Amino acid sequence: MLSFFTQPAGFDIGETGLLAFDASQPLWWAIVVGLGNTLRVSLPALLLGTALALTMALLRRSRTPGWSQLATGYVELIRNVPLLLQVLVWYFLLVEWLPDSTEALSLVPGVWLSKGGLAFPWLMPDDLGVWRWDVPVQDVFNVHGGAAVTPEFLALTLALSVYTSAFLSEVIRSGLEAVPHSLMEAASTLGATRWQQVRLVLIPQALRTIIPATTNQYLNLIKNSSLAVAIGYPDLVSVSNTALNQTGRAIECLTVMMAVYLALSLLVSVLMNWFNARQGLKGVA
Amino acid sequence: MRGQQTPSLWRWLRHVPTVLGLLVAATVLWHLYAWGIRDAVWAPNAEACRALAHEGACWGVIAEKGWPMLMGHPADTGLSGLPLTLVLFGGSLLASWPLGLALALARHSGPVWLKAPAIAFIELIRGVPLVTLLFVAAFILPLVLPEAWQVSLAWRAGVALTLFSAVYLAEVLRGGLQTVPAEQSEAAAILGLSWPGIQRRIVLPQAVRAVLPALTGHAIGLLKDSSLVMVIGLHELTGGLSLSLGGDPVWRPYYFEAYLFVGLVYALMCWGLSFLGRWLERHWLAAPQ
Repeated sequence: MLSFFTQPAGFDIGETGLLAFDASQPLWWAIVVGLGNTLRVSLPALLLGTALALTMALLRRSRTPGWSQLATGYVELIRNVPLLLQVLVWYFLLVEWLPDSTEALSLVPGVWLSKGGLAFPWLMPDDLGVWRWDVPVQDVFNVHGGAAVTPEFLALTLALSVYTSAFLSEVIRSGLEAVPHSLMEAASTLGATRWQQVRLVLIPQALRTIIPATTNQYLNLIKNSSLAVAIGYPDLVSVSNTALNQTGRAIECLTVMMAVYLALSLLVSVLMNWFNARQGLKGVA
Repeated sequence: MRGQQTPSLWRWLRHVPTVLGLLVAATVLWHLYAWGIRDAVWAPNAEACRALAHEGACWGVIAEKGWPMLMGHPADTGLSGLPLTLVLFGGSLLASWPLGLALALARHSGPVWLKAPAIAFIELIRGVPLVTLLFVAAFILPLVLPEAWQVSLAWRAGVALTLFSAVYLAEVLRGGLQTVPAEQSEAAAILGLSWPGIQRRIVLPQAVRAVLPALTGHAIGLLKDSSLVMVIGLHELTGGLSLSLGGDPVWRPYYFEAYLFVGLVYALMCWGLSFLGRWLERHWLAAPQ
């Protein structure tokens, strides 16, 4: 029943990241490449989303007028618009409003942004086998060299990180607020500096409430990356969907796809539980 | 006293990031105002919109296409647009309550032979993205259902949304059930109340009250998630937008404005739901016990 997974896939995958794929390779490898693409978009989105969330949570705690209102507005707006719509908006903005790849926008030297995607320097072996930074350059028709990511990848990463950051910032904020202020005052009385109070009193205790809820947000982000199918980024769902259309084996393709997601969810839960146990109550009565 | 402790130059320097940040925020807001209001075209005039070259917003696209975007494409038989979104959302929310409640009770206090399947079902559905469930509804249900049970794609999408909503609801309700002390059920049992009576009169009112904010969040999430049925080819609010603009070369360049409009419609509905949730919290929680 599963033998067709070893047959040639018969379709190409637009972007494969660090893996290689062509249509003559077996179907199971296509699904692995799809999973690779899911992780390739999830991990940067996870890091960027966490950084944004931390910024927003700190801004919302800021006592300077304006900041907390701005951050609240951001969270309220982003949380109340469907992620799918946000993915479509980012994708539209990138492919419609950016310049063509013949006149790419240079953000910083060596980094080019255009309808063709984002090109950036990357380590590559030259003719002699020495690893060097390959810096992309603009020529008449295109941006050449370095590494590049597609607009689909960019749109999905941006949408996922912005959407997740709105939820995560609330998690972080409530975690920070759950630590009684009296503990910080007590530490201050004992002669701790402001930085020591934050590092030794605030953060360890806040993490205990933040980590379990963050696990849920990270799991949501990975599952939400399946919206890639709406803009044609070849993630696990898109590749399985293509395979399904090619082979007509709906039950097999969808079972494999769901099993991979279940395994991935389980893995992240186990990892975060391990981190939580490490961060949790340690040597405290 | 404080002024003497810190050098005055340092006190001023501390405000530099704030001032810079507010300047950036002000610039962004100014550009948004210029694009969205000052330079915008409000009339459904394609010529004027083209002349803007995206330097200003073309709100004319909403004047022209807003109604078909909201009410669905005339070519669509059956429901589409906002009505489909509302029916999918309302229908699956209502249908998921009995199922979610049953799952929560089974997982919280059911016998092992009920508890184990409930846990397995909840974790299975929670572990996969909604998109995969919708694909199952679109591709597998027609294969495995008998001829007499075949229903339209919208119904099958509704079933997927219901199951998805039910497992998340079950976890929210289970959190509420855990806040009700077991002694109360035991006391009620001693007084001769039956199991359904205990749940209905003692446990559930307290459990639901305890998780009311989370229930509001669940409903808002479901409303937003209903947009995903677009992926399997149903034209609800989000899908209807693509259908209205995708086939029209004149208005196709103004997707962004249309997206903002649809986003605003979703945001208004979500804010409405959270307002309703807060109203319930105030009036129901304050009600005499």
